[in-house]
Amino acid sequence: MKDGHDQGPPLVRLDAAELHFPVGGVVAQLQGRATVVKAVDGVTFELRRGESVGLLGESGCGKTSTGRMLVRLDKATGGRVEFDGEDVSGLTGDALKRFRSRVQLIFQNPFEALNPRFTIRDVLAEPLENARIPRAEHEERILRAMALVKLGDAGQFMDRYPHQLSGGQLQRIVMARALILEPEFVVADEPVSMLDVSVRAGVLNVFRDVRAQQGITAIYISHDLALVRYVCERTIVMYLGRIVEDGPTEDIVANPLHPYTQALVAAVPVPHPDQSHAPLPIGRGAPDPRNPPSGCTFRDRCPRAFDRCAVEAPGPTHVQNRIVHCHLHEPKT
Amino acid sequence: MTQPLLTLKDLSIAYRVGDQDTIAVEGASFDVQPGSIVGLVGESGCGKTTLARSLTRVLAGNARIAGGEAIFDGRDIMALSERAMNGLRWREIAFIPQSAMNSLDPVYTVGTQLAEVLIRRGGLGRTAARTRAEELFEWVGIETNRLGDYPHQFSGGMRQRVAIALALALDPKLIIADEPVTALDVIVQRQILDQLRELKERLGISVILVTHDISVVAYVCDRVVVMYAGRVVETGPMAATLTAPAHPYTMGLRNAFPDLASAAGELTPIEGAPPDLASPPPGCRFAPRCPFAEARCRTDVPGLDVYDGDHLAACHRIPEAETLRARAVVSETWEAPA
Repeated sequence: MKDGHDQGPPLVRLDAAELHFPVGGVVAQLQGRATVVKAVDGVTFELRRGESVGLLGESGCGKTSTGRMLVRLDKATGGRVEFDGEDVSGLTGDALKRFRSRVQLIFQNPFEALNPRFTIRDVLAEPLENARIPRAEHEERILRAMALVKLGDAGQFMDRYPHQLSGGQLQRIVMARALILEPEFVVADEPVSMLDVSVRAGVLNVFRDVRAQQGITAIYISHDLALVRYVCERTIVMYLGRIVEDGPTEDIVANPLHPYTQALVAAVPVPHPDQSHAPLPIGRGAPDPRNPPSGCTFRDRCPRAFDRCAVEAPGPTHVQNRIVHCHLHEPKT
Repeated sequence: MTQPLLTLKDLSIAYRVGDQDTIAVEGASFDVQPGSIVGLVGESGCGKTTLARSLTRVLAGNARIAGGEAIFDGRDIMALSERAMNGLRWREIAFIPQSAMNSLDPVYTVGTQLAEVLIRRGGLGRTAARTRAEELFEWVGIETNRLGDYPHQFSGGMRQRVAIALALALDPKLIIADEPVTALDVIVQRQILDQLRELKERLGISVILVTHDISVVAYVCDRVVVMYAGRVVETGPMAATLTAPAHPYTMGLRNAFPDLASAAGELTPIEGAPPDLASPPPGCRFAPRCPFAEARCRTDVPGLDVYDGDHLAACHRIPEAETLRARAVVSETWEAPA
């Protein structure tokens, strides 16, 4: 599954990672009626150092769950999640603490991510204290982090409370907090979805520029391909807990290979008067995640499904510079 | 041009906060033609939702109509008695909220809720209501056997379809949809937007679509009304307004919006934030963020003037719009507001 031209070992590696949740209460479990939701069901990919990768899909596709496993907010229930060669699930004590300073998560809603009773200075000092950075260094590191996210006039913000800042400023503070420990890997979960359009572009630019400048490896979780394309050179498309397509973003936008990606790309509206209103090549209604279709989980909405799709889940196939999970793209035997 | 279905004339809406009035919508004027979809675009706090809700006269307790009128089918909505207004709701003007989950009652099946509207408001008998409910579900693409389901048994997209079915129940002439697809995934979003277009084409319904997303406008709307800080700043045919905007705010929005159909370019934010409506700046409210602002923009309020035919904009520099557009597409223009 290696590309063959890796420069150095991957920073992050998922190998058949699974995150399964039991559903139904104690009673259902005693009666044997309990089932399992496979939020993430056998996801495999690697991230090289300095790569920025979009995790794209609709709600319930497992993109956020995958992100939570990557930063170990949730432990994989199967398979392996590795960071810098170590199994993340096994980390405890100091090793876990060290992991927590090297890996950061940026949340979706800046209005809820910050403690309302902390000043901005407190918000930014907290991770430094947790990481036992000497007090004497705090001020300088806080100022540096704020400059990084282009909150130039830092003195103006330091002693304010979150409710006194606009959404765009808050999301920059959230980013500054994530960046202050100089992490190697950042997972951003829909970081601009709560922001207004005119402000969003500024926050995206900061994210993109700081990431590139600092060589941070990043996962950008989103349902919006246009945004993913703006910040990520590679995109992984997920559907119902599994990867369907993985490759360079520009190629996926220009020529999606998996039937699901094709529908997804066609569905994105563009800000121009002339655009296609053709019906989407996809069946209506997403399946029940507790009871997904057999074989390929996309098959009941797929316009090109055939017999084999119901029987066998498609494995990864290398097509051009991409990995596609679809029987249509498997080499003919 | 035919007689408009709805004409807003100088409509203003104020909120009472403490002992002060905050004008959320100021002097809004535009028309909605029969069988057309009008996009009401702007950012949070620009007054688009307040304006849309005022057309059903469902406003917060501290809000009041501060002036102007909204002529719907020959009657001023703002001057109607509560009783007359009640007669208009659902039958002539229906509302689709952003989150259908909050507007559906969780303890009744959707079929029961649909029947209640049809029987109590529409005066239908039980059997007729059942037939009509099935017909409505077919229109919006839900299987009729789901009439017996509760709201929580539907996905977000399906619930939004239920909300559309409810809005259509009594054959309204105008539907007001407040960000109806914002919370939905792109594929479902597209299906709902297609539904709205189809309703317009098949039933001749007009829709006021409140959205912050200019791609959604480009996909379904016939006309656009752009609002900024409580005022209409630009209005015109969708294609003309999006391809040749005459107001710098609209030009800025276009730059800030990612576009999957074009080569990957830079996104340019509009620096700063909208003003606090409790103490708005004098003159043009966009002036503090506008790269093209001049001295007069900070003192004189620009009126909505003709740019080209029925394409209007509220900008002192309308005659130079073409030059400004050319400058607006350059990122550097937006770096340091004048």
